[in-house]
Parts: sequence; C-alpha cells; structure tokens
Amino acid sequence: MNGGAARVGVIVLPGSNCDTDAGNAAREVMGAEPVYLWHESRDLQGVDAVIVPGGFSYGDALRAGAIARFAPLMDSVARFAEQGGLVLGICNGFQILCEAGLLPGALARNEGLRFVCRHVYLRVENAETPFTAHYRPGEVLKVPIAHGEGRFTCDEATCERLQAENRIVFRYCEPDGRVTQDANPNGSVHNIAGIVGGPRNNVLGMMPHPERASSCGLGSEDGRRLFTSLQAGLVGRADVRA
Amino acid sequence: MPKITVYVTLKPTLLDAQGRTVEGAVHHLGYEDVTNVRIGKIIEMEMPGGAEEARERARVLCDKLLANPVTESYRIEVQP
Repeated sequence: MNGGAARVGVIVLPGSNCDTDAGNAAREVMGAEPVYLWHESRDLQGVDAVIVPGGFSYGDALRAGAIARFAPLMDSVARFAEQGGLVLGICNGFQILCEAGLLPGALARNEGLRFVCRHVYLRVENAETPFTAHYRPGEVLKVPIAHGEGRFTCDEATCERLQAENRIVFRYCEPDGRVTQDANPNGSVHNIAGIVGGPRNNVLGMMPHPERASSCGLGSEDGRRLFTSLQAGLVGRADVRA
Repeated sequence: MPKITVYVTLKPTLLDAQGRTVEGAVHHLGYEDVTNVRIGKIIEMEMPGGAEEARERARVLCDKLLANPVTESYRIEVQP
C-alpha cells in the first residue's frame, strides 16, 4: 500500500453471486477500494489482496469449482498466492482454490444431501494467520453457511499434516465451543470449516461466509474481524502486490 | 472416430451421500438385500485418431479435469 486505501480484488466469474457482498465488506469494514476482476482477464491490476467469492461458478458443472480454475485470471491468482499474496476463498471460492491445488483436499456433497443455509458456530483454531489475528484462540463465532457441497474431505496423511502444521483455522462447533458431530453441518472431516495454505499461510479457504456477518443488520458481526485482520496483514506486506 | 466413455465414481472409502439415500429408497421398495449403491457420472466423448491414442488422451483429461483425484476414481472405455 502506498499510503492510500488498500485495493482488494474480487474475482468475478460467470455464476459468482457473493462478489458484491465481498466487495462491500472490503469497503465498509476494511476501508478498502474493491476492484472487481473479470475472469477472462489475466490482469490483477496491482491489487493488495484477492477474494475469490461465493456463488455457483459455471453452474457447478462437473464439480463445484472444477471449471473456474481454468479461468485465465486464476493463473494470475495462483502466481500471486505463490509469492505470498493474501488470497481469501469463501464458499465456492474455497472449492475453486482446492480444485486449483492452492489448498489441499476437496469439498464433497454434504453428508445429509441437503443444501444447508443457516448460521453456524465456528471455533477459531489458529488466531495467528493473516486472516485471524484479531480473534482470540478458541473464540466462538456465529457465521452463516449456504452450501450443498461443503464436506471437507482429504486423505489421512493430508489431514495429519494440516493438524501438525496448525493449518486448520476454523472448526464447526457448539455455541459453547465444543466440537461435536451434532455441530457438523455437512460431514466435514474433523469438523473442518476453513484451512490455510501457501508459503506464509497466506491463502485461506472457508465454507462459511464472513462477509454475511459483517454488519449489524445481518444478524452477526463476527465476520468483521476477519476483514480487519486482513487489513492489518496487508500493512506488513507492501512487498507483495499483484 | 473412437468413442470414449469415462465412468467417474466416488472413491470406495468416501461416503456417497446420494448413493446412501437411493439405497434407502431401494430398501423401501422391498429390496432390502440390495447394498452398496454408488452413484457416479458418465462422460461421453469422440475424438479422432487411433483407439490407444484416444485412451491416452482421455486419461490426461481425466487427471486434469474430469475427475478430482482427492475424491474420485475413473475408468475409461474406448470403442474404436
């Protein structure tokens, strides 16, 4: 950042439907300028961070996120992530980041088959990422989910690595923070709701929607600090620009 | 021109939520001895060239796009 407002890129794919919500959160919570980036371009326009928003890109053809990762812009996002640039994938954005290999694992069909759209509780498992620095470890957040394919799945070795490297950022939990099977809305392995990856834990993928919990009119403001953390994370990273 | 059929299925270790639901309906129909219902996808394609070349190209397509190696397996059939 050169003293002015941060510029946060929001990827726009055919079928994105949370792009404006993500842009609004960037503007209202971070005081940033949202820059909407059309998928056919390769130009990230020098943004300071990238959000891959929720939606149903390409109508979820084949698998959720499977086609989006071939968008020309995603090559640029991958390079940005490899250089340590901050990338936040929400819902379909998480699915896309997994399909693109920027995060391990995959999001399978919900265990109960139903599309689940409601507020859930999340426990902050790692409060030392660029996305969670303003949360307390173990803090419980109320954030909505809205997905049909959100069951995080990976092989046992990957799961062990994620735990050993403290890369599980959010788990579905009870309101009091207990991680139980009942609190798991989709059957995700170990109740995983969000993980980080990239060379500096600079890529976060999560199924819940923090941008839908970022102003008092939305029933919860627990998602706000994810964006203020992101804002704070940008200050130390002026070296990484798209 | 070879016709290629790709069968994509969830890995056996992975819970197939759709298959489980359909299996419940099958049992409701009275076929309670039917088990291991699994649901997958069939993808058909045509491409020029010989059968072996077509199979190899289909394999590349499966690895890169048609199947997710984390959750799915695939099988390829080629009709010359």
